Amino acid sequence: MLLVVVEHDRGALAPAAEEALTVGRSLATQIGVALHALTIGAAADTLVDAVGAFGVDTVHQAHHEILSDYGPEAWGETVAQAVRALGPSVVLATGTDRGSEVLAQAAARLDLPFVANCVSFEPGDGPASGWQLVRARWGGSLLERCSLVADVKLLTVAHHSAEAVPAAVAGTAAVRTFTPELDAVLARTVVRERVERAAGITLATAAVVVGGGRGVGSPEGFAPLEELAGLLGGVVGCSRAVTNNGWRPHTDQVGQTGTRIAPDLYFACGISGAIQHWVGAMASKKILAINTDPEANMVTKADYAVIGDLHQVVPAISAEIRRRRST
Amino acid sequence: MRVLVCIKRVPAPGARINITADGQAVDTAFLGFTMSPHEECAVEEAVRLVEQHGGEATVLTLGPAEADEQLRYAASLGVARAVLLPIDGPDWDPQRTARAISSAAAAIEQTDGPFDLILFGNESADSGGFQVGVRVAHALGRPMVNGIKGIEVAGASLRARREGDGGVEVYEVTMPAVLGVKEGINLPRYPTLKGRLASKKVDVARVAPVGDAGGQQLVTLVAPPVQASATVKLGEGPAAAAAVVDLLDELGVL
Repeated sequence: MLLVVVEHDRGALAPAAEEALTVGRSLATQIGVALHALTIGAAADTLVDAVGAFGVDTVHQAHHEILSDYGPEAWGETVAQAVRALGPSVVLATGTDRGSEVLAQAAARLDLPFVANCVSFEPGDGPASGWQLVRARWGGSLLERCSLVADVKLLTVAHHSAEAVPAAVAGTAAVRTFTPELDAVLARTVVRERVERAAGITLATAAVVVGGGRGVGSPEGFAPLEELAGLLGGVVGCSRAVTNNGWRPHTDQVGQTGTRIAPDLYFACGISGAIQHWVGAMASKKILAINTDPEANMVTKADYAVIGDLHQVVPAISAEIRRRRST
Repeated sequence: MRVLVCIKRVPAPGARINITADGQAVDTAFLGFTMSPHEECAVEEAVRLVEQHGGEATVLTLGPAEADEQLRYAASLGVARAVLLPIDGPDWDPQRTARAISSAAAAIEQTDGPFDLILFGNESADSGGFQVGVRVAHALGRPMVNGIKGIEVAGASLRARREGDGGVEVYEVTMPAVLGVKEGINLPRYPTLKGRLASKKVDVARVAPVGDAGGQQLVTLVAPPVQASATVKLGEGPAAAAAVVDLLDELGVL
């Protein structure tokens, strides 16, 4: 059996979970095993149909009072106990902060290897044989082919590496309750409080992002970028060089260690395009680079480019937008 | 308080990553080295905690002899002690790395007393295994939360903040504890000249790492397929503005 650990937040299914379920379905078919899913906490009991849409045979609903909210240790222990009780040959989770953390906790408890951020899978022959996997390194800018030898394969699916596709024929998943035995001490890392995010456009969800790099030159230099973003209903982003200089807060940083963006259009202004930044911007549908250097990495990788000084080009674009809107 | 920070020496790639001819490593012939960005923030956080609450910070790495450079960089920022678990050849797999760090940390604690807090980066910049900190915490029997972007110490416990999809999650854990931190928790300082000079004199303790290999093994590194796309030049300077706005219209974002 292949078991997918379904990521959710208080019953809201994570988009990455649909990707993991999709990959799980094709992998389960390939190796000829049933597809099961594990939902953790009673809040996720509502997910039976959403999970069933992906072709899951059986949903195991883990119930325990400690599982009333997310907690890495309680969730990881639940997965470890589910592995012992249900005996899957493969466990898949989401390649997100939560998915990685929970599977790492389970792996530590089971003393098994765990391979994070897989993008392709080559099962060996038979349950005990080694697998070949390709996984993302450096935020996806480099791939690693690795071998995995383990009785149970614990893997996360790299986010955005597969498209979520429901099963052609939606079946009805059987529901079973799974009751782990959780030591009260595991409550020590359960979420204690939450501060909800204010509604509004975020860097991760904006349709237009206007990003500035070292070429912007100063905190004040971002004013024209703010103006352009405002005109287009977008937000301002920046490179790591900018946050390291203290010009913008880290929450504005696009990159491997900042936010991964996926707007319809990304303006990359005065950004050289180091790997660190590119990894965070590469999911943009279109990239327009504005740079004085026609050989800059960002310019050569972009869909469109304007060669010139951003301090002149960006205000000219804003002026042109205003001119057209007023006529 | 006593704080241990675990770091990893990684290449500092610029615009592209090249692979060695045997496919086993990143070609670093023309690259400098650094510690992973999340770990730079972990070191800064450790130094700040010690400045606020007293005590001592220790930095530890498992890596090649050259990782002495990253340990001394941490020392130049205010970390008092440094420990190197030297290895030759390729990176150790995550399980083996975690076993070696767990036993080294336990040995240090046996002689010098327990660490109140052990910090890791959320994940290493190069291999991104997302697990060594979690495995070490489990081996030592301590609470662990990853992805932390804020730490407040209050007596024997700490409040840790993490950004989730819906907002900020707050955790409250009792020390001794382990946390994985993310860049953005602070803005790391630069070393002072005095710090740099002092770091040269720090005695880097060398401890032979011990750990059985795990089940994951690197076969080869592969460059991802490059999407060959010609960049469309819309023009030069402010004169390109009209062409840009035409494009915005075409893309439906105007």
